[in-house]
Amino acid sequence: MPALELKDVSAGYPTRNGWFPVVDTLSLTLSRGEWLAVVGPSGCGKTTLLRVAAGLLPPRSGTVRVEEDPPRGRVGFMPHGDTLLPWRTLLGNVLAAVEVDRKPMEADRAQATGVLVHFGLGAFTRAYPHEVSAGMRQRASLARTFFASRRVYLLDEPLGALDPLTRIELQEWLVGVREELGGAVALVTHDVEEALVVGDRVLVLSARPAQAVAEYRVEVEKDRLSPAFTALRGKVLSALSSGRNRGGA
Amino acid sequence: MGGRDRLAAGAFALLLLGGWEAGVRLGNIPPYLLPAPTAVLWALVRDFPLLAHHAGGTLAAFGVGLGLGVGAGLALAGVSFYLRPVGRALAPFLVGSQMVPVFAVAPLLVLWFGYGILPKAAVAATITFFPVTVNVLDGLRSVRPEILEFFQSLGAGEGKLLRIVRAPAAAPFFLSGLRVGGTLALVGATIGEWVGASRGLGYLMIRANAQLRMDLVFAAILLLTALGVALFGGVTLLERALPPRRGRLGTP
Repeated sequence: MPALELKDVSAGYPTRNGWFPVVDTLSLTLSRGEWLAVVGPSGCGKTTLLRVAAGLLPPRSGTVRVEEDPPRGRVGFMPHGDTLLPWRTLLGNVLAAVEVDRKPMEADRAQATGVLVHFGLGAFTRAYPHEVSAGMRQRASLARTFFASRRVYLLDEPLGALDPLTRIELQEWLVGVREELGGAVALVTHDVEEALVVGDRVLVLSARPAQAVAEYRVEVEKDRLSPAFTALRGKVLSALSSGRNRGGA
Repeated sequence: MGGRDRLAAGAFALLLLGGWEAGVRLGNIPPYLLPAPTAVLWALVRDFPLLAHHAGGTLAAFGVGLGLGVGAGLALAGVSFYLRPVGRALAPFLVGSQMVPVFAVAPLLVLWFGYGILPKAAVAATITFFPVTVNVLDGLRSVRPEILEFFQSLGAGEGKLLRIVRAPAAAPFFLSGLRVGGTLALVGATIGEWVGASRGLGYLMIRANAQLRMDLVFAAILLLTALGVALFGGVTLLERALPPRRGRLGTP
């Protein structure tokens, strides 16, 4: 049973001039514990795809299942950008993920503190989001998402808006901790290298409306400079550019 | 305000009061036209029990009016937010209610509700609810959708979203509305007492005015001003007690 399964999903938005297609008959499956990186030209519908997978946007056709259930409530969707609550400390923000399910208890506080320590934010549990750096806020957002302990996590450019160095640092770090985080992950990125470093598989989308162009299993050593890694990177990039030309809109 | 600014403001106040005192004394201005500051102060001390009694009446009317106004304001904001069509239908009436000169309607309210606390509370409530409604509605609408989407994906319903995100986001907006509304409500309660009352600072002012007791009128005004300032300060303290909210929550 796949953790997440999208079958022939088409989605879009109604506009004054009729239907605006964003995702076109797209299928994907995500096994338990698997990390899937989704890359595509900007504006191709990656975010819409995640919103559909999270159950936030009903697909026009096709089905979305999380372990054979509807997705809503069973996934943790980390939207793009700064979405921490500015009036809560980092600890309070992480705890907010539990408050959706129940009133947080003392054990939750201890556990949330542990998660923040794990994410390298142990010294900042009482800090407010505006008091820490953008990289720390991203990490806190990730901590909050994983603290929700869902079966599937959907991350929309989780490392976006970071400077390249911090970004690489966080990529390596994510790879290091993924075993402990548990759950299957689908993450969207526009950075091919990031997709290859973080993902077990890479799905390449076409320009809008998004269709699957190619899929690669990342079986090479995750060393950015190794020939195999560079070769795979070249393949993904050429699939991206062919998908860009194929796009309908 | 820095120490130097405070000093300058204090010096200016002293200068003003000194000029007033000197003008009244040297110009032989009769106390029924303009009492000297010392006379006002004396009235405040001498007639303090009387003033306190009437201040209690005003505060009661103000408190009840504020409570009703805040309750109605929150309810209207909630209804307008969650039931869009109802909100759109109500909007012109809410704005219209603020165009009706409440002070002109006050005599009618006295006719309907008598000389007790109710007409004053009604005037105060009518003035208070509007800034509360408008501000709270802005606050509820200020939340970017992405912030909600995280919680929605986890399965949060409207109730949870309200408790975790929307209500805290709207809290500072509510306090801004309360600050405006509360200050106006005090004026509203006083106006209500002018029209018809048996107790309250507004009533005392009308009575003292008729008796040419200008010192007492000024003492009552001083007391009302102090109450208004205290109220304003109280809300400001509440605002400071809230956690900081720098950073982006609303549309960037």
